[in-house]
Amino acid sequence: MQKPQPTRPDWVSASVVLLLSAPVAVGLAGTLLPAAGFLPALGGHQVSLTPVRDLLEAPAIWTSAALSAGTGLAATALSLLVVLLFVATLHGTRPFGVLSRLMSPLLSVPHAAAAFGLAFLIAPSGFLVRLFSPWATGFERPPDLLILNDPLGLAMTFGLVIKEVPFLFLMALAALPQTNADQLSKAAQNLGYSKTSAFFRVVLPVLYPQIRLPIIAVLAYSTSVVDVAQILGPTTPAPLAPRILGWMADPDPAMRFQASAGAVLQCLLSGGAILLWLAGERVVRGLLQASTLRGKRRRREHTARCIGFILTAGTVFPAILGLAVLGLWSISKGWWFPSALPSGFTISHWADLGKTGTEVIWQTLVIAVSVTLVCLILVISVLESRTRMKPSGDGTLRKLVFVPLLIPQVSFLFGLQILSVLVGIDGSLLGVAMAHAIFVLPYMYLAFADPWNHLDPRYQQVAMSFGASKWKVLFRIRLPLLMRPLLVTLAIGIAVSVGQYLPTIMIGAGRVTTVTTESLALSSGGNRSLIAVYGMLQLLLPLMFFAAAAIIPALLHRDRSGLRV
Amino acid sequence: MLSKLYAAGVALAVVAASAAPAAIASNGADSWSAIEQAANGQTVYFHAWGGEPRINAYIAWAAETVKDRYGVTVEHVKVSETAGVVTQIVAEKTAGRTSGGTVDLVWINGENFNTLKTQGLLAEKGWAETLPNWQYVDVEGKPTVVSDFTVPTDGQESPWGMAQLVFMHDSARLPEPPKSLSALAEYANANPGRITYPQPPNFHGSTFLKQALITLIDDPQKLQSPVVDTRLDQDLAPLFAYLDDLHPHLWRSAEAFPQNAAQMRQLLADGEIDIAFTFNPGDASSAIANGELPPTVRSFVLEGGTIGNTHFVAIPFNSSAQEGAKVLANFLLSAEAQARKQDPAIWGDPTVLKVTSLQEADQKRFEMLELGVATLSPTELGQTLPEPHPSWVKAVENAWAARYGGS
Repeated sequence: MQKPQPTRPDWVSASVVLLLSAPVAVGLAGTLLPAAGFLPALGGHQVSLTPVRDLLEAPAIWTSAALSAGTGLAATALSLLVVLLFVATLHGTRPFGVLSRLMSPLLSVPHAAAAFGLAFLIAPSGFLVRLFSPWATGFERPPDLLILNDPLGLAMTFGLVIKEVPFLFLMALAALPQTNADQLSKAAQNLGYSKTSAFFRVVLPVLYPQIRLPIIAVLAYSTSVVDVAQILGPTTPAPLAPRILGWMADPDPAMRFQASAGAVLQCLLSGGAILLWLAGERVVRGLLQASTLRGKRRRREHTARCIGFILTAGTVFPAILGLAVLGLWSISKGWWFPSALPSGFTISHWADLGKTGTEVIWQTLVIAVSVTLVCLILVISVLESRTRMKPSGDGTLRKLVFVPLLIPQVSFLFGLQILSVLVGIDGSLLGVAMAHAIFVLPYMYLAFADPWNHLDPRYQQVAMSFGASKWKVLFRIRLPLLMRPLLVTLAIGIAVSVGQYLPTIMIGAGRVTTVTTESLALSSGGNRSLIAVYGMLQLLLPLMFFAAAAIIPALLHRDRSGLRV
Repeated sequence: MLSKLYAAGVALAVVAASAAPAAIASNGADSWSAIEQAANGQTVYFHAWGGEPRINAYIAWAAETVKDRYGVTVEHVKVSETAGVVTQIVAEKTAGRTSGGTVDLVWINGENFNTLKTQGLLAEKGWAETLPNWQYVDVEGKPTVVSDFTVPTDGQESPWGMAQLVFMHDSARLPEPPKSLSALAEYANANPGRITYPQPPNFHGSTFLKQALITLIDDPQKLQSPVVDTRLDQDLAPLFAYLDDLHPHLWRSAEAFPQNAAQMRQLLADGEIDIAFTFNPGDASSAIANGELPPTVRSFVLEGGTIGNTHFVAIPFNSSAQEGAKVLANFLLSAEAQARKQDPAIWGDPTVLKVTSLQEADQKRFEMLELGVATLSPTELGQTLPEPHPSWVKAVENAWAARYGGS
């Protein structure tokens, strides 16, 4: 294992990939065995089909599966559509600048906090109805309307969209410079196409491959999401992933087997959704090509722009407003329907955080910062070794980094939990940090690989021609030039780590608490103000790092005009 | 090394003591002081539901006191579902960890206890009855302290508090609440969308179903023994006939349900629904004091009584701090801790002790307590109905899920 062979293309990447995929593989095995009836501690000594049969006999199981696939596919398609329309119609305009500035901080918001915010906003007793009641609506009491937890999962889909739009947007924004988008678009516009149709005909075909992986990651996540589904999703029945979690937590040990079978089904379901998506890609590509070949030019630029703006604003503003309402709840004292504002304000919910709260925040930060720093070193090692070796187009290794993002968490975390107990790192900061790294590293790689690969190679060539060593080039030229994306990558790593719920609770054995586990524990209680305080904490911790990522380069580079943005 | 040997010796002594209940009293006191000595310096990870800040604050107080007096460090592990703790202990057994487990004490009752007990995942039998404060527990007056959902506790869990299903209503909107199942159905019929219950298998949701089942089943005595599969459909038929009639008039036409009692209480506070329920008779008063419920909320119970039970603390088989856990369990049983717990300003959870058996000074602690504005007196709380056998819970939950979708 330890001896690097010159013939082997890239052992640094290979070992990082192994580091990531080994726990996933072992975790999957630890799920697969109980699914086949094998879990000796619970008396399952023989392989049997009973768990699968139990699963298929669970009430409304196919409705749950359809809900998971449906909401996941719809959320992914809608988010992508909004992002593409936004970029196509408004790139380079003033509203584009405003909305994209609003979107970046949304990236740091954990899904659960965004979902809580949205729930406080759109519920029949939520902020919007309060704002217009009773003077406009006549409601003295909240209307009995099924807005949250609707059986079709519309609220849940919307909750996913408001979180995925900023993510896909920033991915698209990072990928655009590599596509010659401006030149392509200008050429098409010279041929008489509108800006929007130029985007879909010539820019999209080169842009899409660059953002396909993040899109697939969004799809895998959305089809297996737990926290958003629990807050906004249907419950009669619930989508598959929250049901699996419910079975896993069932006091009846026999349900463990059924839960494992469910986790395997979840894996197949997410995989199926991905295949369906890939097939859909071909269909859409064919349609676009056919329409391009017909060569029709339509000029309804203004309408397209309006639609692009309305759709994007329609996802960005509810997210922000929801978070504002969350903030309001965190300082409210008695807020009864239909008052638009709390009857009083207090900082006591924040003051009550006290000693326990400080410890929780501290622990969250220790885990997030150490995971992120280690992952950054690994990401840079992989990128640097790839730059030095110039491997000839073996994208396979690179793609394997993303495996943990494509496999549903519920499908391998139980197996991973048993593994961590065997190794003896369960319930420790180290164990939790390692589990976080499995998810943090791919996102950081995703964020840093593009800026790295698109740094002008001539800087390096010039430095080398002056006799600088490879290490000197790395530390004196490349990393300083990449300071801004590097800090943003760190902030993204922090956000991902802070937002982890399942890995923290399962590997941490409940002993390791972060603001996210605390927030979800409190959400089973009734104190909405306290839920809001922890929701705000989930949001504020990563935001601090995003703010630092914006401020530090500006200070450091204030005398370097070429590095200013 | 020496201290480890010592601890092992103590552990053996404890096993010997519990194996021989006839051991003379002085022997018991000796072994208890040995336990206290071994506990000194241990860290107890106490896994307890963490959804209620008031309860969390009470546990923090107990932790601090136990630290000061016995040198036992208590870490409250806040869990959202106790079943998750069961899962964790199962995972540890799967991995072969028979000592040094991550859970030292768990807040538990009913089905979760039954699972741990039947799977052999609990510490030795009888330990709870060796605690010095056990002598004050009201075994005759509160039989559920030794019979958890009809399952004998065998001293494998120590009682902590009493619970009874209590309903809450906002007297400003609903001055005369419906006090029987049929009145509740009539009310829902006349006021569509203002009644609901937490979705089973949530604990409170299942309890509502059990409460209805006790009233509606032809012979409530059937519920004291395990389910007879061949008779199940017949036994549950009246319950589902009632629910079938009720559901169209429920909140969101029964297409969505609150996920737990806390969310239900929040809906009452928001004015979305008219009735919520709780297992803690002091809940309404404390929530009013906290600004979580309007001051006009009051409590009531159904005619004919409501389900009551006891909640406990238990030690898993592989706890790494058994002595510390016992010291904490004993402290939680003390008159001091029990009286503080019953104070509505602190938590409002009724005691498991027989107050008249306590020394005079300790009796005073209880006499001084004031009921909150929305708390019912013991007479108003009326008759407590016994919990059905745990097998009924699963049967009712499964039937409910099959009929109304989901799980």
